[in-house]
Amino acid sequence: MSALLEVRDLVKRFPVKRGLFFERTVDYVEAVGGVSFDIAAGETLGLVGESGSGKSTTGYCVLQLMRPTSGSVRFEGRELTELSGEELRRVRRNAQIVFQDPYASLDPRMTVGNIVAEPLVVHDVGTRRDRRARVRELLDVVGFDPVYVNRYPHEFSGGQRQRIGIARALALSPRLIVCDEPVSALDVSIQAQIINLLKDLQAEFGLAYLFIAHDLAVVRSVSDRIAVMHHGRIVETGLAKDVYERPKDPYTKALLASVPVPDPARMQERKADRRKLQSAVAM
Amino acid sequence: MSAPLLEVRDLRTHFFTREGVVNAVDGVSLSVDRGRTLGVVGESGSGKSVTALSIIGLIPKPPARIVSGEVIFDGRDLTTLSERQLEDVRGERIAMIFQDPMTSLNPTLTIETQLVETIRRHTDVPRREARRRAIELLDEVGIPNPDARIKDYPHRLSGGMRQRVMIAIALSCEPDLLIADEPTTALDVTVQAQVLDLLDDLRREHDMAMIVITHDMGVIAEVADEVAVMYAGQIVEHASAAALFARPEHPYTEALLGALPQLEDHASRSGRLTAIPGRPPSLLDPPPGCRFAARCLYAGEPDGCAEHPPELRELRPGHLVRSEHPASERARPREGAPA
Repeated sequence: MSALLEVRDLVKRFPVKRGLFFERTVDYVEAVGGVSFDIAAGETLGLVGESGSGKSTTGYCVLQLMRPTSGSVRFEGRELTELSGEELRRVRRNAQIVFQDPYASLDPRMTVGNIVAEPLVVHDVGTRRDRRARVRELLDVVGFDPVYVNRYPHEFSGGQRQRIGIARALALSPRLIVCDEPVSALDVSIQAQIINLLKDLQAEFGLAYLFIAHDLAVVRSVSDRIAVMHHGRIVETGLAKDVYERPKDPYTKALLASVPVPDPARMQERKADRRKLQSAVAM
Repeated sequence: MSAPLLEVRDLRTHFFTREGVVNAVDGVSLSVDRGRTLGVVGESGSGKSVTALSIIGLIPKPPARIVSGEVIFDGRDLTTLSERQLEDVRGERIAMIFQDPMTSLNPTLTIETQLVETIRRHTDVPRREARRRAIELLDEVGIPNPDARIKDYPHRLSGGMRQRVMIAIALSCEPDLLIADEPTTALDVTVQAQVLDLLDDLRREHDMAMIVITHDMGVIAEVADEVAVMYAGQIVEHASAAALFARPEHPYTEALLGALPQLEDHASRSGRLTAIPGRPPSLLDPPPGCRFAARCLYAGEPDGCAEHPPELRELRPGHLVRSEHPASERARPREGAPA
């Protein structure tokens, strides 16, 4: 069986420019340095790494929101890097994104209903009346009271806004959602609600997730498989249980050892392990 | 036993806004001893940062005002001091570090200027001596090659290095109390581990008292001796870190710990997290009774929790809880509660 998404040797370089009037490229920064991974239908791949590791850039390149410098992104058997315009737009019906900051990613001048309906309008799905019904259904699915469809995003808390963002991503019944730090702006009690929601939606609609996050405990709670990124490369990948319990790469080991766990007694042991590991890896 | 270094009694800080009075801190009492770390944990809007700012007199006035309570630091009530006297206390006895070191450092001045100025402001030493001391401090907080780095501007340093500079500035007055407000929230996890280790080492070496404010239960487990859990402007549970994590009493603390995804347990992939329904009440118009009642699994009609505010009471020596339904007084454990 072929995977839903196949990424091969993905590279993204950003030019470093100098000069005020005659701008010229003096160098390149390689944000993503050749990453490869697959995601099967209905599966979650957790992409973890620290800031600057290239994990978000990878997510944007997968959806062609940024064009990769080189490499291949095959989704449902089609090479996305070769598509543009109308063809790419059609593919995007099946591959959506949820952003980190529900304060910045929702247009403050649009009502909740219009935000969620926008993908339907753009892709010319259904009549106005169909769309209105679909919006209510979507809001209901994500646990947002459809009574508020005519309100504006600023009237809602972070958790409620993230539900709006998720409803929008679901509008076209995609098969893949790239979740870029979807819960890191939320308080713990609200974060758990959104994680549960994402899992429920996956079970209900058979969604695949590329789940990008820096919080290793959060990633473990949603992922089937894990890829650990460091300096633009995947340093370790495998089943979540294996990577978390028997990490092989020295960076993965140090990263996992650095996470504080909510248990003071266990923390003492972990601290001792961590000091050993940190001297072994130069970060 | 001698008096604690800091004792806060029934502190109330309100914000007087156009929409009404926000009871940001509503009757907080806590204490810290020399050489100990108190962790204050809570979600956004719980009042943890306003508590810290109230202690050192840095709340924005207006709109905020300490409406009642005492902050006894080494025998003096800080709420009665003039701005001038408070500045001296802040410079010489109590220091504070914040989440984002970039907003606390002046981007237009070198590290040297900022560190030397701070040292000379509070101790009467010649510039040369202050510079020597500054380099010593940078070395102590683990900045490699301090002789060279001291000439840098803040933007030349990484986030972790900037936070180290902030810690060096905070230490320059050899404070008795260091208040750290989300000191590692902006940092990567590997850097966070290093900064937390550093803070812990410094506390031990200087016999400082520390208050660490955070939303992260992991950070609390790592650094705190005592823990105060805040919810909607009040302390709802106060205990030793060991007791709090082993036997949480308040339904909110239990729920918060239950809502955490587990790094070392794979069961959470297949199961669901125990989310807390709803969200905290508005502090513009807090509910008359228990502030957690609307989200509490145990609050019911006959107990009157929703009408009568529970007192913070001592269940066992050193373990305080503000609830009518602490875990140890319940008949049977909640279904699905963490063991």
